[in-house]
Amino acid sequence: MMLKIRSLDAGYSNLKVLKRISMHVKAGEIVTIIGANGSGKSTLLHAVSGIIKGKSGEIIFKDKQINNYTAEKIVYLGCSLIPEGRQLFPAMTVKENLVLGGYILKSKNKKINLEEEIKKIYTLFPRLEERKNQLSGTLSGGEQQMLAIGRALMSRPDFIMMDEPSIGLAPLVVKEIFKTVVSLRKDGKTILLVEQNAKAALKIADRGYVMETGNIILEGTSEELLNNHDVQRAYLGKDYKNIAER
Amino acid sequence: MNLNIILQYVFSGITVGSIYAVIAIGFNIIYNTTGIINFAQGEFVMLGGMIAFSFCKVMPLYLAIILAVIITGIIGSLLELIFIRHLKKPSVLQMIVITIGLSIILREIALHVWDEQVRALPFFTGNETSSVNILGANISPQVLWVIGITSLIVIGLTLFFKYTIIGQAMRACSENRNAAGLCGINTKAMVNISFILSAGIGALAGCVVSPLTQTTYDMGTDLAIKGFTVAILGGLGNSSAAVAAGIILGLIEAFSVSIFPSAFQDVITIGILLTILFIRPQGIFRSKQFAALKEF
Repeated sequence: MMLKIRSLDAGYSNLKVLKRISMHVKAGEIVTIIGANGSGKSTLLHAVSGIIKGKSGEIIFKDKQINNYTAEKIVYLGCSLIPEGRQLFPAMTVKENLVLGGYILKSKNKKINLEEEIKKIYTLFPRLEERKNQLSGTLSGGEQQMLAIGRALMSRPDFIMMDEPSIGLAPLVVKEIFKTVVSLRKDGKTILLVEQNAKAALKIADRGYVMETGNIILEGTSEELLNNHDVQRAYLGKDYKNIAER
Repeated sequence: MNLNIILQYVFSGITVGSIYAVIAIGFNIIYNTTGIINFAQGEFVMLGGMIAFSFCKVMPLYLAIILAVIITGIIGSLLELIFIRHLKKPSVLQMIVITIGLSIILREIALHVWDEQVRALPFFTGNETSSVNILGANISPQVLWVIGITSLIVIGLTLFFKYTIIGQAMRACSENRNAAGLCGINTKAMVNISFILSAGIGALAGCVVSPLTQTTYDMGTDLAIKGFTVAILGGLGNSSAAVAAGIILGLIEAFSVSIFPSAFQDVITIGILLTILFIRPQGIFRSKQFAALKEF
């Protein structure tokens, strides 16, 4: 079991966002969380990655209870978050961003050669190598998302959480990003994908959860969710008529 | 005014200007990693001079200076650990009050430890009367020390922030603290290092300038205001601009003496500070768009 969450309550200061959330992700899976704006998807990822602290309940990552861990410590355990809106260091070059992604490798082992790690990222995203000395704030949206993924991969995580990787990107680029997600799983990574683009996400995922107003209202395999009438109507853009006709 | 006198003014302007620049850089380092202005920065300069003065009676000067830099760095680190670290989301006003409070405390402690006497470290080479002749102007060798060491500090810091992983991590904290945490960077430790660094370079500046300007327990406020003016003039957080701004302010001060009575020196600084804040609050080297992205 990679991640297990038991009746988690969390939120920002006085605002309670997550209400008794329970879910799990097994090693090697791609799991997606879908839901509308403000349903608490990002808050859930923030709680797991230690940016906010849960009020009650349990978050267990690789058999360790991580409720009170700081964000840095959780990265050390091999859990990496690619935040919404990429959150790069805009006035630093592409290469410097990648180096910082490998910060924990460097602090675990002073002698490690980050150049080799960076090369691996460049083979995954050749575009980043072409732009290695460019400031990351000047990249296009798709390149920024690639860099965000590359930076997260630099810490050699086992578990990657992605918050809306497709947001604001052209359809072709979205396709490329999702392809990368699938190839990451082939490399043995476990992925938790939060998406508003429910259709694309469910296509590549094994299982999914549907969130609404801070609750998980539905869970199942991707197929079950894709065929679920409520999901179709609310998230896949099919209206009653089409569903009824079938 | 003949050339010699002009040169004399230029050198004295660059000397005080480079000290202002180093203080402004101290402001910038802490501002960049934490977003706060540490008004106790001037006190670090005072502490450096005072501690080195106490030590130099019992050991060679260079050792005394190294020790003073280390001790002031430790003091900076402790201040952060005790007064700043445990604050949750402090407001700008809170931070200003806290750091001004710290500067008052440090000044009072210094008054008790070293009393009100004016002190000075010995000249690094030669003495008060020795001078070097450059293009006809007579310059104290200490002036060259000040210019040399401040340039070394600036170059060293530039390399540190550009090429070392800790320096890069500190820049990452200043750009996006949350994302830095997600990279596994211990942001609290980086804040602490920024206090150590700015206290350390402040102390070093306090040592090199001490033979020329003397050290008193209450010199910090004055220097903090000058350094702050320079930091604002160059644009908060922008260290290479601070060097230019420091030298500009130093030169203005030096040449103003030939027009106004020297008592008006501080008036000129404050006048510049106010003018800049009214006309170009983002600093003279910065675009408006950039300033709009910063908190204050």
